[in-house]
Amino acid sequence: MSKHWPVLTLGAVLLAGLVLPLATGASPPGFYVEVLLGGLMAGVLYSLVALGFALIFKASGVFNFAQGSMVLFAALAVARLAEQMPLWLAILLATVIMFGLAWLIERLVLRPLVNQEGVALLMATLGVTYFLDGFGQTLWGSDIYKIDLGIPKEPVMILDSVFQGGILVNKEDFVAAFIAAMLVAGLVLFFQKTATGRALRAVADDHQAAQSIGIPLNRIWVIVWSVAGFVALVAGVIWGSQLGVQFSLSQVALKALPVVILGGFTSIAGAIVGGLIIGVGEKMAEVFLGPILVKAFDLAGGGIENWFAYVLALLFLLVRPEGLFGEKNIDRV
Amino acid sequence: MFYRENGQFKSSYVSDQQMLPILQDRVFMGLLLIFAFGAAPLFVSDYVFLSLLIPFLILTLAAIGLNILVGYCGQISIGHAAFMSVGAYAAYNLALRVPQLNFLVVLVLAGLIAAAVGILFGIPSLRIKGLYLAVATLAAQFFTDWLFARVKWFTNYSSSGSVSTAPIVIFGWKVDSPAEKYLLLLAVLVFFTLVAKNLVRGHIGRAWMSMRDMDVAAEVIGIRPVYAKLTAFAVSSFYVGVAGALWGFVYLGAWEPLAFNLNLSLNLLFMIIIGGMGSLLGSYFGAAFIVALPILLDQVPSWLGVQMSTATSSHLASMIFGGLIVFFLIVEPHGLARLWAVGKEKLRLWPFPH
Repeated sequence: MSKHWPVLTLGAVLLAGLVLPLATGASPPGFYVEVLLGGLMAGVLYSLVALGFALIFKASGVFNFAQGSMVLFAALAVARLAEQMPLWLAILLATVIMFGLAWLIERLVLRPLVNQEGVALLMATLGVTYFLDGFGQTLWGSDIYKIDLGIPKEPVMILDSVFQGGILVNKEDFVAAFIAAMLVAGLVLFFQKTATGRALRAVADDHQAAQSIGIPLNRIWVIVWSVAGFVALVAGVIWGSQLGVQFSLSQVALKALPVVILGGFTSIAGAIVGGLIIGVGEKMAEVFLGPILVKAFDLAGGGIENWFAYVLALLFLLVRPEGLFGEKNIDRV
Repeated sequence: MFYRENGQFKSSYVSDQQMLPILQDRVFMGLLLIFAFGAAPLFVSDYVFLSLLIPFLILTLAAIGLNILVGYCGQISIGHAAFMSVGAYAAYNLALRVPQLNFLVVLVLAGLIAAAVGILFGIPSLRIKGLYLAVATLAAQFFTDWLFARVKWFTNYSSSGSVSTAPIVIFGWKVDSPAEKYLLLLAVLVFFTLVAKNLVRGHIGRAWMSMRDMDVAAEVIGIRPVYAKLTAFAVSSFYVGVAGALWGFVYLGAWEPLAFNLNLSLNLLFMIIIGGMGSLLGSYFGAAFIVALPILLDQVPSWLGVQMSTATSSHLASMIFGGLIVFFLIVEPHGLARLWAVGKEKLRLWPFPH
């Protein structure tokens, strides 16, 4: 028990922060639930991007900084293709493009860099980031585009019998959450039930052992990057339909970084739980903590959600260096 | 034929421990310094000073700082522009609020403040390492971005959040022409390079390097990780803080919030990767490369006679930049400094390579 006290303390503080606005009556319950739901929805999207990170890191040990750019690239592709053809075909075609991209990245970037240390690979994905940002905008254009999923966007009022004034929610948010859940379920099935999935897990477990029993590493990498590309596509489509497809999408995706370190690099469950924690945490902080800070320090506006996720993740790492669900690292000399 | 150390015997420890043990190197370095200090200001145009040499000198200093942390101590940081901004804003506020301070004192104080902040953000490195730490350093980046944009005191309550600096005066010498700025920066850079060189080959540098190579083994032979890592963070952010203050005062003159954003951090990282990790010379090469490349890429379309919009050309530049980084990593993962070393090795044998 005594070993866990830092984690417990931090958890208690966070939990206190979470319930305090409600308990002190600083916010009406209806509004509170609205903020909570908003945070969860943002969290779902963070989770989706983080999922791509975790998949790639688990299988190839590459910290893929380019995941955000892949989201942008995929969203741009879908948005522009959908102008010419029905949406489902555009998504299909964009998926093929993402698979092609994964293959190219494996061929041109990963394979030549095999056996390099982690930093060099991180740098390489940074290079890929710059390349993809430039390439995507040259190819597809750099204006703001729309993706129309055909879901009604007007907010609906629910639960007005429970809370005074009801809760405003977007139908689209629920569709997004549903799609994300389906995607995760699909991934789990793929990983647990198919031969390829088993091979992926074997590679994630131990590269050398996997190779020695005849699993082709290179092909596995292509598959993993393809899957990550597909996840990026889903994230990009959902995000793009909510915010519009624009360059800032690849920046928003940076938020997935604290999510992965919070959840642990290698854990899919961690990516999802971490995403939800970060999403809720930063919304709560922005709405409830922000005004307090602004008043106390006479700030020129809030915007603490820009860094809150990182600081939250940092605090978590201080008490639990391997993240929530990460594997504990034991050094042997 | 000429580059050979034959006959240069070392008969004392002092001569064995020289920074440049080969006579030709010393001569070359001397000539280079004479050229840089004496000759260059006479014929280099203001444009070259302002758009190439001044950013190059400042970014080299920052790259050396980052290299100390990443290249020598092995702690990755992708948020180092944060410490540049700390240095810049610290210097701005010091110069504003205590105007009688000498600029050099302001520089050092700004560096020290940046070092203190660096230590603060370096504390997680005691618990986490590698890529986890890399992401954790992003916290510094986004936090300082926000801090200097929102807390009005730091920008002296300016309504737009942008600040402009007072002209630099050192002991009555008013530094305002590009050539004078260049000389000041060059002097600062040479001084700090010397300090860095002697730090990294001294006991503290060895402690850093042992930390980088294998932290557990280093601990076993009696190097305190807390001390080694935090000093690396402190020295590194000191350098970067000084560079940030210079960037603000000498290069920008006036800057807006987010002048020290993630992009700058990543560029610093590219500098040391392309130049060579764990090499001071590499910091010079990397900074030169990163400063010159965008300017070069800007010129290319007009050389080829192709008309394109600025948006397209900036996207193309970003593509080429990304491609080049990957290319460099594949072809020479140890950076330009390694190419230089190989070249020197070849030169020693030339023209009889057997």
